[in-house]
Amino acid sequence: MTRRTLLALVIALAAITAALACRREPEAPVIRVASLRDVEGQVLGEMFAQLVESTGEARVERRLGLGGPGVVFAAFEAGEVDLVPQYSGSLAEELLREPRLTDFATIRRKVEALGYEVLGPLGFNNTYGIGVKREVAERFGLRRISDLRGRAWRGAVTPEFREAVTGLGAMVSAYRLALGDVRTMEHALSYVALARGEVDFVDVYTTDATIRAQDLVVLDDDLGAFVRYEGLVLARTGFAREYPRSWAALGQLVGRLSDATMTSLNGEFEIARRSPSLIAADFLTSLGIARPAARSEVAGDETPWVRLTLEHLGLVAVSLAMALAVGLPLGWWASQRPAVARSVLSLVGVIQTIPGIALLCFFIPVFGVGWEPAVYALAAYALLPIVQGVVTGLTQIDASLRDVAAVLGMTDRQRRRRLELPLAAPALIAGVRVAAVINVGTAALAALVGAGGYGTLIVTGLAINDWRVVMLGALPSAGMAMLIHALFAALESRASRWQ
Amino acid sequence: MIPAIVFSGVALAYGPVPVIEDLSLALAAGQTHCLIGPSGSGKSTILRSITGLSAPIRGEVKVLGRRVEHADAASQREANRGAGLVLQNGGLFPHLSVRDNVVLPAVLAGWSRERIEQRLMELEALVGLASELRARYPRALSGGQRQRVALARALFLDPPLLLLDEPLSSLDPQSRTELQEEMKRLFGSLARTVVLVTHDVPEALFLADTITLLDRGRVAQHGPAETIARHPASDWARTFVRSAAPRWRHMLGLVDGESP
Repeated sequence: MTRRTLLALVIALAAITAALACRREPEAPVIRVASLRDVEGQVLGEMFAQLVESTGEARVERRLGLGGPGVVFAAFEAGEVDLVPQYSGSLAEELLREPRLTDFATIRRKVEALGYEVLGPLGFNNTYGIGVKREVAERFGLRRISDLRGRAWRGAVTPEFREAVTGLGAMVSAYRLALGDVRTMEHALSYVALARGEVDFVDVYTTDATIRAQDLVVLDDDLGAFVRYEGLVLARTGFAREYPRSWAALGQLVGRLSDATMTSLNGEFEIARRSPSLIAADFLTSLGIARPAARSEVAGDETPWVRLTLEHLGLVAVSLAMALAVGLPLGWWASQRPAVARSVLSLVGVIQTIPGIALLCFFIPVFGVGWEPAVYALAAYALLPIVQGVVTGLTQIDASLRDVAAVLGMTDRQRRRRLELPLAAPALIAGVRVAAVINVGTAALAALVGAGGYGTLIVTGLAINDWRVVMLGALPSAGMAMLIHALFAALESRASRWQ
Repeated sequence: MIPAIVFSGVALAYGPVPVIEDLSLALAAGQTHCLIGPSGSGKSTILRSITGLSAPIRGEVKVLGRRVEHADAASQREANRGAGLVLQNGGLFPHLSVRDNVVLPAVLAGWSRERIEQRLMELEALVGLASELRARYPRALSGGQRQRVALARALFLDPPLLLLDEPLSSLDPQSRTELQEEMKRLFGSLARTVVLVTHDVPEALFLADTITLLDRGRVAQHGPAETIARHPASDWARTFVRSAAPRWRHMLGLVDGESP
């Protein structure tokens, strides 16, 4: 009975794998649009996607809301992404490695020389700025960044601002500042920290709608520490030739998005909580440059639960199946040799010590973004509990029972099937249960590398600082973890009836 | 005498530790033989060598005219089906019910269902096992019941050879006496070759046709049970035999205090 249940489980996993594999088999052509996880990235990405869809030239695969510029560029360079909203300053720093380059035409020429295609400028400059509360600005007479000198201000900044050559470091050295504690956090949260008075300044993106909503003062960059970040469309080599109508449609955006327009579109998402698909659709319609079908699938309205659930479950099931395929033989092999078992366990234990988000990014150079790196990372994560379960299960078997098996004339195969597997089953199933529950949680991070699932809602919720949206992703994820826990606990008690 | 098991110049080790240095011994077919000695005397290792679980470093073990190979060898696996093994704790598979444990040898041998059912009933009667216990797991059995199940499993294919490694030593005195009586009756009626390892002198004297007294890897004395009891060959043998409880010495007619 236990064997049959296990078999049924394996078949179910295989079926899900197959279904997902089929689902992922694209009926060409497909244009993959990616964007950063910030508000503007999601709005612009949706706009690009709808413009392409309006031409009917290709199906669009959205990979909006990726974990960071590094992820986006890695995916772009790996050929995993066709189209992405970008900024002149980012291209200068990340692609050209000439961070001080500011002239748009020069940047475009150099990027095109690398083989990429550029449309722009779109019209807005979303550069870094330093935002402070109005009352603080007035009390201390802060108008320019220079005015920050002589006091250990506390700040909250994004990881991107901290890392960028033209970011925090450039500002501190250009203005010779001696800042206090500067913490790194999610962009939307730094506004919360500022509002609560936990920090004195934040880095702002100058098209953030929150600046106006919270009535912040953006200090004048009087020494010119920050370069220009002009919005543009970046496409992979050959895009314009392959999809001329899409390219033409995207071209209609050039010069149409002023600072004010972009800021107000961001505000519709960030403040008014409209879904980016509706914001993009309304804007494109208002310009009369496209009449795309409106899609809405974020910010809680008409959330595509079935798709998110399947994506999340698929990530967990497939990664678990992969971990079992590797972990079972590995654990069996290790359990035969105690010294090997120790090394194998500490090796897979090391994987477990890597933070989940780091492990997800680990596989991007190999598999690009999306589903594959997430599945491999989750499989690597699931390895320790599974191998541990197999080793524990097999090594706790009384040695004299193997003697009995030999005297009963059992072959190796019979011994494994009739003695070792059933005796190891409870520990093994416990290992799989732990692995599955961990993976449900870690899979929520997979949205940061574009793998979808409930994490999509968490990422969106963080981007717009809406805890309800975060909970919309977190609760079903927790529910799934509990269900899976219960399922495996039932299997486990079945398999250990004899104990 | 037709020897069922012959050891010729056998040296054995338990792991890296040498246990038996030079064993030469012939055990007659159809009799009950006891290997007896204190802990660490190598008696269990000798028993293991009969099924190839311990491979000799030197010399050879022949069982029913066939040289024993390592237990992993396919031909040895085949030969082992002709032996039944009972261990101290029974050696039952904990995840199988009483029934599934008992019939396992026949299932592995590919017997038909009817034949298995019939033999199961025979054996339950033979070893005194209530059929209500069939669905139970070993965990839920008493020590005595467990040994009866192990005996039934060992006898299922009616093997010519029955190997028992301290089968009664973890039982309470009452079920131990009970099972000793039943085993004596059973061995007498089956007329199989039985090799029984024990450290219990009265048990050996009660059950055995021949006794092999082992002292630190050497045979201290080998012969009919009666001879060992009445004429210990050395001071050590005398001391060891006399360690039997007074009640037993009396019952077996051993002279107290002095050698006969």
